[in-house]
Amino acid sequence: MFAFIVSRILQSVPVLLVVALISFAMFAYVGDPVSIMLGQDFTEAQRTALVAELGLDQPFFVQFARFVGNAVQGEFGLSYRLSRPVAQLIAERAPATLELAFCAAGVALLVGVPMGVYTGLYPRSLLSRAFLTFSLIGVSLPTFLIGILLILVFAVWLGWLPSFGRGDTVALGWWNTGFLTRSGLKALILPAITLGLFQLTLIMRLVRSEMMEVLRTDYIKFARARGLTNRAINFGHALKNTMVPVITVVGLQLGAIIAFAIVTETVFQWPGMGLLFIQSVSSADIPVMAAYLLLIACLFVTINLIVDLLYYAVDPRLRAGRGKGH
Amino acid sequence: MAAILEVRDLRVEFPTRRGTLVALDGVSFSIAPGEVLGVVGESGAGKSMTGAAIIGLLEPPGRIAGGQVLLQGKRIDNLRYEQMRRIRGREIGAIFQDPLTTLNPLYTVGDQLTETMLTHLPINPAEAKRRAVEWLELVGIPAAAQRVQSYPHEFSGGMRQRVVIALALCAEPKLIVADEPTTALDVSIQAQVIALLKRLAREKGTAMMLVTHDMGVIAETADRVAVMYAGRIAEIGPVREVVKNPQHPYTAGLMASIPPLDRRVNRLAQIDGAMPRLSAIPQGCAYNPRCPKVFSRCAVERPELMDAGTTQAACWLHAKAMTDA
Repeated sequence: MFAFIVSRILQSVPVLLVVALISFAMFAYVGDPVSIMLGQDFTEAQRTALVAELGLDQPFFVQFARFVGNAVQGEFGLSYRLSRPVAQLIAERAPATLELAFCAAGVALLVGVPMGVYTGLYPRSLLSRAFLTFSLIGVSLPTFLIGILLILVFAVWLGWLPSFGRGDTVALGWWNTGFLTRSGLKALILPAITLGLFQLTLIMRLVRSEMMEVLRTDYIKFARARGLTNRAINFGHALKNTMVPVITVVGLQLGAIIAFAIVTETVFQWPGMGLLFIQSVSSADIPVMAAYLLLIACLFVTINLIVDLLYYAVDPRLRAGRGKGH
Repeated sequence: MAAILEVRDLRVEFPTRRGTLVALDGVSFSIAPGEVLGVVGESGAGKSMTGAAIIGLLEPPGRIAGGQVLLQGKRIDNLRYEQMRRIRGREIGAIFQDPLTTLNPLYTVGDQLTETMLTHLPINPAEAKRRAVEWLELVGIPAAAQRVQSYPHEFSGGMRQRVVIALALCAEPKLIVADEPTTALDVSIQAQVIALLKRLAREKGTAMMLVTHDMGVIAETADRVAVMYAGRIAEIGPVREVVKNPQHPYTAGLMASIPPLDRRVNRLAQIDGAMPRLSAIPQGCAYNPRCPKVFSRCAVERPELMDAGTTQAACWLHAKAMTDA
């Protein structure tokens, strides 16, 4: 098990290096930091001095190594736009995005899985057909449109929920949480639904097709022949067997939710990393963009590792090959 | 003694877009307590279908369209799902063909055993666990106390079928429907599994309906045998009589096509043609186009089971004997 984790971590190193290379390349090709820092009037001597001070006269690989070395220590330099350390900016914004993403994933799972089970068990029922039609809408409508529609209905017409922002937050150490205040929770509802809706429909359709597949298997027939209750068969024997593909997709989608919360955060002016990223793009704030890129890559790698470990927890057949044996 | 299972005039239909297919037609037989009834026939003759109809697990859209299934004198073919569920496993155990696919891969064999027992028997989990080990020992799994925590993939095919047998028997049903329990196994394992089934059935006094296309297994295990053809019973009787002295031309053909071991034959005997599809069952006796003894009545009238010496056969050859009697 330990060897497996180590090997997966080693495998992810090249991935992260390639992403680091791309983010590093942005500095070289998008704008010139030296001219940005020197402003309009400077002498050639000042320029060379700054170049030497920043280490820009060093060979490419030395510069890249320094970038990676700093990145590993969480050091991404100063934001061009806000003149504050990038790491600090991201750390401030991360809680907002993470809370939003986990709520969205929670909505997607808690609603998507039962709906998938239901539509898999009773594919011909009216409710199942309604769910499927609804899911088609969820898949085909773009996120920003859903967000705007929700705002129109629940914020503008009904006035039940706020249309933007995060509400009041409570600081728990460096983590600002919106979970502990009424306005924070209310502000979370619409963005979480908007962000989770696509994943919800995806999970529902996946669980449904897996469920229909599993219900045809011999071991489900045998479970029926053993006279087990429907509850034990459907939610124990069948659902557990659908979980491996579902875990894969949910894991990858969680990464996607965090990385691409950008649209939802923009629509709802949610003060998270996505909004920070969009603002940085519009002002060519390279250090923030580079750091964000690397962070997302790390996130995907970590989530994939967790997904692989979850397979082992769910499926005993995978455990057999490694160490335990017969 | 009163029969454990009685099937009367069972008819199973499959409604399709092109009309209704009759998969079983007028199937009647009974099984006495502790008796083993073998059911043989070619693929598609309706053997497995009969088993599925008895345990109430016909694949939709298949349905029982007529007749009755009685378990210890009580009708079970018209029960609601929940009532039937309580009978499955508890009163009628089932064994399926392929042990590689009938066990849930994500649960230990011990969990599957205790789950079955806790569903049907008034015992606590500790007792169920103890009995699970006992059952694994009983079906001949070595080191049962450790193996109870193993997952199905950690067993060989033969061992898995032993686990399946334990699962079918663990709530102590009075009847076992075994659907080709040895077909998927190595020949060397088949004999062991059959011997085990036979021994357990005898010890527990369990009656058994043994569906197979292996005459050797039937001859070895069954007390009586029913030969099925195109959804009907062609001949039924004590196993020795049916094997030694078949009364239906189809049974005779089946027996003749078993190659003899004691002498060389240049050409294996076979029955010409194939069993008709459900959508094209000929008029009269379903076997008449392939029958070497066919005569005019066979193509017109459908024969029911009638006494034919020591067995019963659905064949007009024996009609005279019946009218005489």
